[in-house]
Amino acid sequence: MEYLKITGAVITLIGAIFILFASIGILRMPDVYNRIQAGTKASTLGSILGLFGIGLIHPDWMLKLLLLIMFVLISNPVSSHVLGRAAHYIKVPLSDLTLLDKLEEDTGSETAEKEGDK
Amino acid sequence: MKIKGIAVIFILLLSTWLVLNHSLQLPIILIGVGLAAFLSLIMCDKCSVFNEIKFTPKAFLYTFLYIGVFIFELFKSNIDIARRVLSPKLPINPGIVKAETILQSQMGRLILANSITLTPGTFTIDIIGNTLYIHCVNIEGDDMEQYAQNIVRKFEKYLEVLYG
Repeated sequence: MEYLKITGAVITLIGAIFILFASIGILRMPDVYNRIQAGTKASTLGSILGLFGIGLIHPDWMLKLLLLIMFVLISNPVSSHVLGRAAHYIKVPLSDLTLLDKLEEDTGSETAEKEGDK
Repeated sequence: MKIKGIAVIFILLLSTWLVLNHSLQLPIILIGVGLAAFLSLIMCDKCSVFNEIKFTPKAFLYTFLYIGVFIFELFKSNIDIARRVLSPKLPINPGIVKAETILQSQMGRLILANSITLTPGTFTIDIIGNTLYIHCVNIEGDDMEQYAQNIVRKFEKYLEVLYG
């Protein structure tokens, strides 16, 4: 039992460290899209590891926590996709580092024409 | 074909109910069956997405393979992002690329887009027709089209068997 608790605590700690990386990423990244990237990935794995670690400490809760992990896995990417799509739709600018934007080329005909006039 | 959709929703709801209650007493099971049947019947206008799930042994095997690949990619993506965030230079070359998908079913596309979002340095911004628009943190190599196709192919070969 003791080993299980220690393992659970270590896994929860690793999850917390990933969430710390996610928040550093949100501070450092240059534009909305890269921030969403850092936020989504690290926080998904962080919360999964956190929940799983709690499940190891309290084995009775394991099934419920697995259910929570399922919900996190389904809802997290969907929300980040919707945020990114909305940001692109209202033309939030990409950072200067950006190499190419195929979505703008294919859908944003208005801005392309304006640039053509210049 | 609606029966299959109703059955899948019924099983999902009932198992969720039983897990949340954490008990197998008869009254709880009966209430769960009643609620699950009621909800799956009234919500089945949109349940046609569940008809595309195949229940064959091969699909079963590929589900496990897919989960394995997915968890591996999830860890890889987190270490990758952590490395980029922590390095002082912030080594990123972001951009939005597009890739075609051969998946036709809605469920397959949903899982494909979600998987891409959770894997190394990529997230799906939009799907128009058969085209996925993917934002990448770091575009590698000269051939960007090929790079984008590789991201999609990695999961597509499993989902193709599962959902067609």
